[in-house]
Amino acid sequence: MDLDPEDVFKDEEDDPDNEFFQQSESSKEYVVYLVDASRKMFSTTCPGNDQKDETHFHTAVSCIAGSLKTQIISRSYDEVAICFFNTREKKNLQDLNGVFVFNVAEREHLDRPTARLIKEFDCIEESFMREIGSQYGIVPGSRENSLYNALWVAQALLRKGSIKTADKRILLFTNEDDPFGSLQDAAKKDMTRTTLQRAKDAQDLGISIELLPLSRPDSEFNVSTFYADLIGLDGEDLAQFMPSASQKLEDMKDQLRKRMFTKRVVRRIGFHIANGLSIELNTYALIRPTVPGAITWLDSVTNHPLKTERSLICEDTGALIQEPPKLFQPYRNENVKFLPEEIAEIKRISPGKLRLLGFKPLSCLKDYYNLRPSTFVYASDQEVVGSTCIFIALHRSMLKHNRFAVAYYGASNHPQLVALVAQDEITSAGAQMEPPGMHMIYLPYSDDIRDDEEIFPDTEEDAPRADEDQIQKAAALIKRIYVKDFSAFQFANPALQRHYAVLQALALAEDDIPETTDETAPDEEGLTRPAVVRAAEAFKHSVYGDSYDEESDMGKEKMSEASRKRKAIAENAAKDYDWGNLADKGQPYLERIQLNNSR
Amino acid sequence: MARNKEKLVLLLDVGPSMHGVLSEVEKLCSMLVEKKLIFSKYDELGVVVFGTEESNNDLTTEVGGYQNITVLQDIKVVDGDLVDTLQKLPRGTVDGDFLDAIVVGMDMLIKKYKDLHKGKKRLCLITNAIHPIKDPFEGSKEDQVMTIAEQMAAQGMKIESIVVRGRFSRDANKGVMDENDHLLSIFSKKTHTRTVYVDTPTSLLGALKTRRVTPVTVFRGHLELSPQMKIKVWVYKKTQEEKFPTLKKYSEKAPASNKLATHQVKVSYEYKSVDGSSNSVIPPEQRIKGYRYGPQVVPISTAEWDAVKFKPEKGIKVLGFTDASKIKRHCYMKDVYLFIAEPGNTRATLAVSAIARAMKEMNAVAILRCVWRQGQQNVVVGVLTPNISQNDKIPDSFYFNVLPFAEDVREYQFPSFNSFPASWQPNDQQQKAADELVQMLDLAPSGKEALLPEFTPNPVLERFYRHLELKAKQPDAAVPPLDETLKKIIEPDPELVAENKSVFDALHRHFELKQNPKLKKSSRQWYQEKQSGSNAHVSGGQAVNSIENQPPVKIEKIGDLTPVQDFEAMMSQRDNPEWVEKAIKELREKILALLIHPDGEDKYQKAMECVAALRKGCIIEQEPGPYNDLMHRIRQYCEEKGIKSLPQLLASRDLTLISKSEAEDSNVTAEEARSFFVKMEPKPDV
Repeated sequence: MDLDPEDVFKDEEDDPDNEFFQQSESSKEYVVYLVDASRKMFSTTCPGNDQKDETHFHTAVSCIAGSLKTQIISRSYDEVAICFFNTREKKNLQDLNGVFVFNVAEREHLDRPTARLIKEFDCIEESFMREIGSQYGIVPGSRENSLYNALWVAQALLRKGSIKTADKRILLFTNEDDPFGSLQDAAKKDMTRTTLQRAKDAQDLGISIELLPLSRPDSEFNVSTFYADLIGLDGEDLAQFMPSASQKLEDMKDQLRKRMFTKRVVRRIGFHIANGLSIELNTYALIRPTVPGAITWLDSVTNHPLKTERSLICEDTGALIQEPPKLFQPYRNENVKFLPEEIAEIKRISPGKLRLLGFKPLSCLKDYYNLRPSTFVYASDQEVVGSTCIFIALHRSMLKHNRFAVAYYGASNHPQLVALVAQDEITSAGAQMEPPGMHMIYLPYSDDIRDDEEIFPDTEEDAPRADEDQIQKAAALIKRIYVKDFSAFQFANPALQRHYAVLQALALAEDDIPETTDETAPDEEGLTRPAVVRAAEAFKHSVYGDSYDEESDMGKEKMSEASRKRKAIAENAAKDYDWGNLADKGQPYLERIQLNNSR
Repeated sequence: MARNKEKLVLLLDVGPSMHGVLSEVEKLCSMLVEKKLIFSKYDELGVVVFGTEESNNDLTTEVGGYQNITVLQDIKVVDGDLVDTLQKLPRGTVDGDFLDAIVVGMDMLIKKYKDLHKGKKRLCLITNAIHPIKDPFEGSKEDQVMTIAEQMAAQGMKIESIVVRGRFSRDANKGVMDENDHLLSIFSKKTHTRTVYVDTPTSLLGALKTRRVTPVTVFRGHLELSPQMKIKVWVYKKTQEEKFPTLKKYSEKAPASNKLATHQVKVSYEYKSVDGSSNSVIPPEQRIKGYRYGPQVVPISTAEWDAVKFKPEKGIKVLGFTDASKIKRHCYMKDVYLFIAEPGNTRATLAVSAIARAMKEMNAVAILRCVWRQGQQNVVVGVLTPNISQNDKIPDSFYFNVLPFAEDVREYQFPSFNSFPASWQPNDQQQKAADELVQMLDLAPSGKEALLPEFTPNPVLERFYRHLELKAKQPDAAVPPLDETLKKIIEPDPELVAENKSVFDALHRHFELKQNPKLKKSSRQWYQEKQSGSNAHVSGGQAVNSIENQPPVKIEKIGDLTPVQDFEAMMSQRDNPEWVEKAIKELREKILALLIHPDGEDKYQKAMECVAALRKGCIIEQEPGPYNDLMHRIRQYCEEKGIKSLPQLLASRDLTLISKSEAEDSNVTAEEARSFFVKMEPKPDV
């Protein structure tokens, strides 16, 4: 395709707008969070990680709060509404009983999340009972059907915008699997029918209703009692829906969080396996660096946004250049000129296709064969029926034989040789930890690889190698600072957290900027544990010998005042605690990492 | 500059047994010079070929011997003529002696530079080394090579050998090859360089680093295992993408008579108020950066930021070790770093070696927190993996890969494979066919790995430099097709495919692909239906046996008569994705022609139909670029010529820019799209 000549030469790393790093914004998402606020949501508890019990209401609210904070950063154009049902008070346009739409100033009911919304929603639990209140859901003898009302309000909120340009979803949080269970036959039948009809009407308008059920350890949420009909589950879907009983709260939270995201396809590509055999794949960007949003220049006098006007000026004549200019490369004492189309043509190699070249053992995929974040691929039968079958077969074979595929990916602006590595599905307590599929890893070319490890040995002697004793001492130290449960992406980015904390404080005109914790800081206390210190000293002695001073002389770095203070604190902390005892009993080494594991 | 100038002599074997790969040698060497002409213009280069009928070198004249060696080019600063010389190497007639050639090359370097420029003088030998070298008058070959290699080391010269083997040397004498390999290894040892063996023309093209990059450390300091135990390390980049060169913009405004014209273009940015109330430019000091937080834009001055932003201390700290299986390969985020012990520091080298080897034994990796330099505003968390050296001379080291933060990961859920219906599950025979393919289509049979990244050239860059060279001679030269040798990188090796014909046959027998018959109004189907309407050959939703099946009438060009129909037909041709591009390109040209040379209102009519079809097609293909680009051109054209009717016509038919809501790649908002043609002539009611 024709490329913008500017884009052709943009450095991807310096360019956060680049398609590769951007999540697609093809369509907006309108979400109504519908939260059951009946007594049961407050009386049912789950053991949290600090041995404190959490109510289901708290779980639902904290999931939403977390998702709002993510959303304002990464998808701030999506719009949300928060709506409680089974409430004492009512607040909604239809004036229906038992439904309360939560909102803050300067914001429509369904609107983009704002700093104020996030802040006030964060402390909703303090004021909830006072201002909104909870009541039992549907009770015998009453004609009120709060679930019906809630769906009606949610549907009305989602009337905004066209279904063509927006995904509309209702996310329903409840722990009541049988909302009409307390009713008698006729009334129950009637209410069930009208509620299901209400839901169907919404679905016919293109609104999807998703259920986020909350189970207790002792009694599982039974989807088939009522909700399977409401959200349209049957057969295998139904069996899949509630993965396992008696989940831990953390797993449930984790699952809720994952379900709140919708998948977005980056693009659809053809995977050419053999002549006449080309299957359909979708690509997904599961891992991309999140960067602080783009800068908008403002006029510091008026605070009005500014627009940037770019103009091209001829340096010889000072004339303004209108048409997209040619490009040139000085070469052989002249300027060799290129049209932007020619540059695009040079890059157009096997366009839009992924072509299989062959397979190699996984051991051939060296740790240094990497340039950019990987892309996830998953088959689709949407257009080419039979794609998934081949994909599954290849996936299984690749896993079985420990091999990866080598393919050429003809992306229009960045064609590249890639490795396709099969990933088996990994689940833990019912939650999917790693989805099944293949990861596309971008391979370097010969000119991208450097061999600087080979430049220094300018001596005749062989390079020094550690002996068996030194290796054993190193191993002993490694064992002392070993983390069993590490996940590759457990840390929040401290710079980004700081960035958004500052923005939130300034956006709300608060004086104090909230403290953010740097989760990536090493556990200095853990490292001063006697067993660790002993192992470190033993290793040091084995490789540096007695004259350690000489070593430190070579790179004398004055310990800063701050780090000396930190060290003193750490040492004091160590005194208060029986680290040796803990270590011997196999207690966690890094407290911070441990805590984060369960996030 | 001068300090880094490289002095290189190429020693190229052109004997009869090399003829099969000489065209690749020509490409490789000319590419080397082409890149030098851009990136290291002051490097000096000489060319020696051996195995020629004639002899032409200083040594043969001065002392005799050294037969069949021709100095094609004395050492000189690289220039365009060198490219020409290297592009037509002579085909030799005798089996050359590489040792003689090495001596000739050394002699050239010594005569020209004496003992100056130590470490910058380099010889590069390309040979298959299958013919024995001459026996010396006294002593053994090995003694002789040893003497020469020591002399070379004393002079501060290095020699890099590329030995072409594999299918090119099948009939060669193994004893001779082993002897030669041993002799060449002496050179590598003495001058600390490598001998590289390649067995395909493709890897020959990637065997020589055609661009020298001066290594720069990212970090020098301590790798801190614990407060007690620190190791002095240097950090380099292990991989870094060689980017497509940044071309400058060219201005054609200067008159041809102006011989001193630079033709450079300056890009200037002006900041103006968005509301358009005043057209005045806001000076830089009056600007302030605003950061988005939801719908709000928060103004923060640089000074304010500096006071509150995240400022970590420089340093590299180990957070912990963990099992290698905890870190999935696909989590690696960036190009890769290399950690080496401080050069010359024996203890640090030992410490790195001990940790690396212990990690390897335990299958452990280290999690690191890195702040490369003071003032860096973020931290990097990543994984350190051991690199155990296979070469006695080279110390052990580590590789380091950046890992994602929690914010960088989108945890989408995907259906389990076993949740799919039985018809989607491969049966035993299908699984067997796939197993065969995965095992037999083998790119790494018994240690001979094909497409090894270290030896695989970048086809895009190769093509660019080739085109550059062509254009230097002929400014309107077309983009050359991809070199045959490079096709091995983008297409499966035909030999490998042929060898495994039965595997592919089984695959075809057991798997069947069909167009989805139930598909509603999806892109391709839309065209299929339209097309069947006009051609009445295929019925819309009918399943075709294979997606490679071609539509009955193949449209290869958009004609004047029925451009819209031709376009739609061409877009639906699924055998090759290039049809889509071709269709879009041709229709665009057609539209421009129709608009620029209209005769009467009728022609605009046809153009309108074409524009509508193009718009629809571009939306379906999610390729807004070509269409929007065309709209800009039309608007500009109309503005210049003062044509009002055309924009009005387009606006009235809603044939405006494709907005972001219609195609994700567009950077145009719906609002901008709506006002695109309207804004040209402000109406009172807007």
